[in-house]
Amino acid sequence: MPATVELRDVRKSYGAVDIIKGVSLTVAPGEFVVFVGPSGCGKSTLLRMIAGLEEITAGEVLFDGNIVNDLDPARRRVGMVFQSYALYPHMTVEQNIGFGLKLAKKPAAELKARVEEALRVLQLTALRHHKPSQLSGGQRQRVAIGRAIVRKPNVFLFDEPLSNLDASLRGQMRMEIGKLHQTLKNTVIYVTHDQVEAMTLADRIVVFEGGYIRQVGTPMELYERPANRFVAGFIGTPTMGFLETVAAHRCVEGLALSLAAGQPPIATLPASEPLPGGTAVTLGIRPEHCRISDPDTAVLVGTVLMLERLGADTFAFVDLPGTATPLAVRLGTRDRGISPGQRVGFDFDPASAHLFDAEGNSLSSTAC
Amino acid sequence: MSPSQRKSVPLRFALYALMAALALVFLFPFLFMVASSFKTNDAIFADLESIRALLPVGALTADNYVHAFERGNIGHYMFNSVLVTVITVGLGLVVNSMAAFSLARMEWRGKQAVLTLLVILLVVPFEAISVPLMLLVSKLPGLAFDGSALVWTRSWLDTLYVQIIPFIANAFSIFLFYQFFRDIPKDFDEAAYVDGATPFQVYRHVIVPSSLPVFATVTILQALAMWNQYLWPLITVPGESARPLMVGMQQFFGARRTAWGEVMAYAALITVPVLIAFIFFQRWFVRSVIGSGVKG
Repeated sequence: MPATVELRDVRKSYGAVDIIKGVSLTVAPGEFVVFVGPSGCGKSTLLRMIAGLEEITAGEVLFDGNIVNDLDPARRRVGMVFQSYALYPHMTVEQNIGFGLKLAKKPAAELKARVEEALRVLQLTALRHHKPSQLSGGQRQRVAIGRAIVRKPNVFLFDEPLSNLDASLRGQMRMEIGKLHQTLKNTVIYVTHDQVEAMTLADRIVVFEGGYIRQVGTPMELYERPANRFVAGFIGTPTMGFLETVAAHRCVEGLALSLAAGQPPIATLPASEPLPGGTAVTLGIRPEHCRISDPDTAVLVGTVLMLERLGADTFAFVDLPGTATPLAVRLGTRDRGISPGQRVGFDFDPASAHLFDAEGNSLSSTAC
Repeated sequence: MSPSQRKSVPLRFALYALMAALALVFLFPFLFMVASSFKTNDAIFADLESIRALLPVGALTADNYVHAFERGNIGHYMFNSVLVTVITVGLGLVVNSMAAFSLARMEWRGKQAVLTLLVILLVVPFEAISVPLMLLVSKLPGLAFDGSALVWTRSWLDTLYVQIIPFIANAFSIFLFYQFFRDIPKDFDEAAYVDGATPFQVYRHVIVPSSLPVFATVTILQALAMWNQYLWPLITVPGESARPLMVGMQQFFGARRTAWGEVMAYAALITVPVLIAFIFFQRWFVRSVIGSGVKG
């Protein structure tokens, strides 16, 4: 049975160092939740705390309303897939998958039937007598998943399971994990630092930074309405570009923004609250919401630093004066002639742009 | 052949010559032992200052071997040595690997202190503690077989177990296991715990099968050490019943003239098991010496 997982103000410290600084979250039965964030943000530690592999410094972890803080991993009925796969090198595929059932002293017939079922679901039947060293990365990954599903756990925990695979295999395994979840309908908590994985697999994404949850939402909520600059920069490839601006004045259309005080406005945006003139705000622009224009007529002019050709899309990275990192622009078919070093105009759609205050919190409201 | 390979030929020749010379130096005592075991005392001394000392030449005889068997009670001593070695090594593998498992794979208060103590024990030579240990075991109550039944004794001296029990737990073996276990990814244990394993099941089903090389290393090094034990049985086993092979050699050194041919025959006989073991397990011997970072 898929379980509800609830975290109540969960904290983790190693001595004086706080790793998880108070996390509260509820994962519904059968939901696929992805923890995402940069290295060292605490997402894997939190997953290990849910698994029972890491002690909880403070707070409560509940499965189906029962506190499991002091339960060992096996009694929590979780299945876990490790980043390294953690397949026992001396055991065959079959033995690896059946190890948990053997420890649980399941009758031989039941053990055999459940291992057979896992082998069939994961298309590993032909490899049953192989040792892990004889398997490819994708096959090992499937064995690791098999070991987790064979015990019929209430919650599946995945700790960066695809990070050791090459790009094409990662895409394939991503699809298989998605299909598996649709078949088994278990509660899944999945940790990754790869936001593409998060966007493609998750029902909901939890974005972590520095031991805190920065935002929880569906993939498109996070993409379209990031709550802060960190989430805006983390979700989306290429990442959202940022322009440091100042609020000039508020007009009927919204907030007029300039690159510096006293300069003419570069755009007028809808904002959630009025801001006094001179307030520093950050303008966030997604690559698909901006375009290359004529440098002689454009308000913003920069230089193309490099082109990133991804096949279906090509992105130009434009260095604008006063920006720390170049802004990505998705090029259209008419931009084929653009080349690195070229002086270009930079234009964007104000209605789709995002505004962040000095603390990085979103100021965006619905378009006016 | 590439220029670099051509260039290295003289160098390689010199290297092999040096290695062959070194091997001969180590081979000389062995050759001397085997050659002398077939010679009379007079022939041994006559050949001593020439290359003949290393060669089976002159009037050769197998009498030394016959006498070694007659005087040396070699069958009984070998039984004792094999028993002591097998039991000590067997129990040592279990005890030391489990101790190392708890040090390398589990968290408990005082672990660091125990590890420090372990390192200190590594540098204390056995000779330094042999006399206090002998005094201790001489006062420990024990059991002995008096021919018909087991009886309580007031001392461990002159028993087989005095040669076994103090050597089961071994700091060096624990350290070797500890080093190996420490390098096994922690994910294996955690995966097993998630699968429902107890710490003992993790040790038994995950760590031990993944650590066969270190078990082979410890077996070889411990077995050699036990087989070659001399000082400890010399001071704790005065009688004949529990005497091991190495100490058995002392009866050839009498107050009168020593029969060197018989000594060499006895030495050759007690070297044979080690030699056979070496031939069969050569690969593991070399690995164990390299792996342990110790001299052979």
